[in-house]
Amino acid sequence: MKNQSLTNNIDWICIAIYIVLVILGWLNIYSSSLSSMEGTAEKQFIFIILTIPLIFIILYADGKFYEKYASIIYGIALLLLLGLFPLGKTIAGQRCWYGIGSFTIQPSEFAKAATALALAKYLSDSQINLKDVNRQIQALAIVFLPVMLILPQPDPGSALIYSIFFIVLFREGLPAWYLLTGFCSILLFVLTLILEPQYVILLALLVIVIIYFKSRLGDRNIVFSSILFVLISGFVLSVNYVFTHVFKQHHRDRFNILLGKSVDMKGIGYNTNQSEIAVGSGGWIGKGFLEGTQTKGGFVPEQHTDYIFTTVGEEWGFIGSLIVVGLFVGLFLRIIYLAERQKTKFSRVYGYCVAAILFTHFFVNIAMVLGVFPTIGVPLPFFSYGGSGLWGFTILLFIFIKMDANKVNEW
Amino acid sequence: MRKVLLPSMIIIAASLLVLRLFYLQVINDSFKLKSDNNAIKIQYDYPERGYIYDRNGKLLVANQPSYDIMVIPRDIKNLDTLEFCQLLAISKEDFLEKIAKAKVYSPRLPSVFLAQLNKSEFAAFQEKIRKFEGFYFQKRSLRDYQVNFGANIFGFITQVSENLIAKNPYYNSGDLIGKQGVEESYEEVLRGIKGVKYIQKDKYNREIGSFKEGKYDTIAVQGEDINLTIDMELQKYGEELMINKRGGIVAIEPKTGEILALVTAPNYDPAILVGRQRSKNYTMLYRDSIANPLFDRGLLAQYPPGSPFKILTGLVGLQENVIDTHSTFMCNHGFAYAPGRFQRCHCGGGSRDLNVGIYKSCNAYFSNVYLRTIGKYKSTPYAVDVWSNHVKSFGLGQFMGYDLPTGKKGKIPNSKTYKRIYPGWGYSGKTIISNAIGQGEVLLTPIQLANMMSAVANEGYYYTPHIIKKIEGEKIDKKFTTKHVTTIDKSHFKPMIQGLFDVYNFGTAAGLRVEGIDICGKTGTAENFAKINGKRTQLEDHSIFVAFAPKDNPKIAIAILVENGGFGSVIAGPIASLMIEKYLKGKITRTDLEKRTLERSLQDQYAKLGGLSEVVKKEMRKKDSILKSKIVVPKVKIDTTKKP
Repeated sequence: MKNQSLTNNIDWICIAIYIVLVILGWLNIYSSSLSSMEGTAEKQFIFIILTIPLIFIILYADGKFYEKYASIIYGIALLLLLGLFPLGKTIAGQRCWYGIGSFTIQPSEFAKAATALALAKYLSDSQINLKDVNRQIQALAIVFLPVMLILPQPDPGSALIYSIFFIVLFREGLPAWYLLTGFCSILLFVLTLILEPQYVILLALLVIVIIYFKSRLGDRNIVFSSILFVLISGFVLSVNYVFTHVFKQHHRDRFNILLGKSVDMKGIGYNTNQSEIAVGSGGWIGKGFLEGTQTKGGFVPEQHTDYIFTTVGEEWGFIGSLIVVGLFVGLFLRIIYLAERQKTKFSRVYGYCVAAILFTHFFVNIAMVLGVFPTIGVPLPFFSYGGSGLWGFTILLFIFIKMDANKVNEW
Repeated sequence: MRKVLLPSMIIIAASLLVLRLFYLQVINDSFKLKSDNNAIKIQYDYPERGYIYDRNGKLLVANQPSYDIMVIPRDIKNLDTLEFCQLLAISKEDFLEKIAKAKVYSPRLPSVFLAQLNKSEFAAFQEKIRKFEGFYFQKRSLRDYQVNFGANIFGFITQVSENLIAKNPYYNSGDLIGKQGVEESYEEVLRGIKGVKYIQKDKYNREIGSFKEGKYDTIAVQGEDINLTIDMELQKYGEELMINKRGGIVAIEPKTGEILALVTAPNYDPAILVGRQRSKNYTMLYRDSIANPLFDRGLLAQYPPGSPFKILTGLVGLQENVIDTHSTFMCNHGFAYAPGRFQRCHCGGGSRDLNVGIYKSCNAYFSNVYLRTIGKYKSTPYAVDVWSNHVKSFGLGQFMGYDLPTGKKGKIPNSKTYKRIYPGWGYSGKTIISNAIGQGEVLLTPIQLANMMSAVANEGYYYTPHIIKKIEGEKIDKKFTTKHVTTIDKSHFKPMIQGLFDVYNFGTAAGLRVEGIDICGKTGTAENFAKINGKRTQLEDHSIFVAFAPKDNPKIAIAILVENGGFGSVIAGPIASLMIEKYLKGKITRTDLEKRTLERSLQDQYAKLGGLSEVVKKEMRKKDSILKSKIVVPKVKIDTTKKP
């Protein structure tokens, strides 16, 4: 075990995709920074350079370090999140940053990795059975503790990401009805926004009645069906209430744009409209590097951060976008493949978390850019401008690469 | 099962994103345009329009600078409307209406707010233009007419219609385009090619440099000057002679097909269709449906040609060998061509051969020739087609292919025509005998008459009439230098030309001889009717005259039509001889005739036809008449249907 090279057994496929994505990301930031955001490309370059020592530190650490100290890391992350309330720096209404000189650090970007570690650690205990309700509650608590701290910042984007842990828990044995309930809730939520609540309730009744009479005589349970119906009705009505009374106007607007209900292209719809224009004008092969007219004109707001994919779409076209999407999908599937091959439950769960977290960012971000998801602040991993994000994702990924490299030492 | 959930989600989600990308980037192409609207501003550099010269290099049409006030409605800020309106001399209502219109076109694309200000109108505004955000000016050039005639030849310049913008990608809203006359037919030559500059804008609509380093920018190409075949002096003189008359004059150089003069009356000063008054004046001209000043009678008016058509009847007869120059027919002050059918003749009666038949314009003679021609073949329809093809070889009954945008085919009947009129076989030469003397189903335009005379003057060929003499650096279209040969042998023209010459010696134009010039000509008269107070009334005949001169080596062929001018030798004849004298000699010796002709007014004739609508009249009274001839207010209320 001694004199083991740092790079022994590490998965070069993951690293290669990582490097390509970071370089492509920087090129697009460079392009979008030419319009007005002077200095962003240079700063991002420094961030990228700084990931190199970071990666070496992660890889150099002892293979058991992360499992051993998972709880402590999680604790520190929670403290950092908590510390934002008295010490945080407010930017654009969000209290998500620590200011250190001219730099800012966003702890929620690191909290994801910490939560993943903690969850992996908790589940790796061989005694844990997720069929047990107490265990379910404990596992969910690990996930929701950071969410509780992130939501009031307010940073709904980062909080949203944590919902993907359900998928990880499901993989490890969480009963299916959690997901089913979650899925049905989302479906009912969307339906309620599109249709009037009374129609949704009527529809639900119809479905329940059909299921009731289709199922075998012995399985029919009039009490369960009734309760289900009451619950659904209550949910639909509360969604309607929450949407019209609790949501702020800008939240409502974000949904309405998506549903095609509000089309004020200069006000609230501006972002989505401009980002669709930028991507859509790319055509098959795009306008070419540094040739995007929308990018040059700075029409897409936040283009170097959350809307960085518009530059890809405009300057590299459908082909370029397809390559980027393909690289991401390749990375996710590779991580899942490696995770399933892990010998310890800890590294398997952690790997799963990594894939799930990266995937959620990827999907929510690009779906938002393409106008099929409400506007929400979620960065595109490795692409979006920002040191915290880049480092957070790098740490997340490379801890897993380290674990994977170390698996031969496990028994 | 639990293992495949996340990978499946990833693949499904990525596929959805790719589909969405495919829709946005490949299927839906509206984003390209939106993106260009966003980020690219197109600036045009309009080249100066080419000048127009006459055949001798005299300048007819030049340019003057003009200024369009442009507006981008979205960019208007803190506008002092009162001051703005005062500087431009418009009312507030005008202002609001124009802004609303511009907004409808596009709130963020430039549209023309006020077009074609001249230098002095613009001067005051120019000093203050910086104050008016959202407004800027674009320099254009307007036509500057050096002459006050030839409006029908030149055409005019107007803003391009939305219709055409949709059809022709070259034009943008507010661009100018030539309409009618040579401005239309030589639009692409005269206008040149506008230069385009693409400018990259940012989200604040600021210019941040050229788009792709000017890769797509183009430099304006100057419009080319053109020389017309028109003789400026002759054209001017023709228009003067036609004052207070209605009709058309077409003069052609037989050897080349070049149009020397193209007169229509009433006419107007081309300058009234320039600048801010353009559309108002145009509307007025347009609404004058009786005098119809926009109707180019030289090209568009179709009439039964009457006696000049006898020339062709005679030539076809000679060619078909049904007569020779010595064949004679008896004229009994007319011709009883069928039982109970008598066609009158004013030639005096007696034995007529070709020569006398022509110069006395004997109806009976030519009707007999025509009957023989049609009777030559067993099948009447076949004979009609033979005759029809001979006649058509003079360029009649079809579009002639000249380089002016308007025209009429005229009408030369053939067997198909008569099959329609007389279903079955129930007609013979006698049925259609009116064709012999240029009535019946025959219709010609003045330019066709002139072309016919060209072909006669050339003894059997003509060139397609055309108005373009020279385009800077370009040869004119080959079709104008291609000889069209008629189906009549050259030898048959000699006796015909002699007959036409004798029209001046002993015939209907004997009083119109010009000292030192041998003119060949033919009078004509076309009956016409109008419905006046509900009754079909015969009006004074249209006066027609065709001629060419000199007899040997002809330099000018001419056709003249004066509406309601009476017998051919009364008005059209004198005009023809004056025109010929003017062109060949450069001056007029017969000043009495000239004075009489210039002063001759047919306005009381025209008054019978009714005049302008009350609305137009009112507008007319406000300013001086824009027509060169006086408008006569009719005394009786008349509705007209002019029937030739």
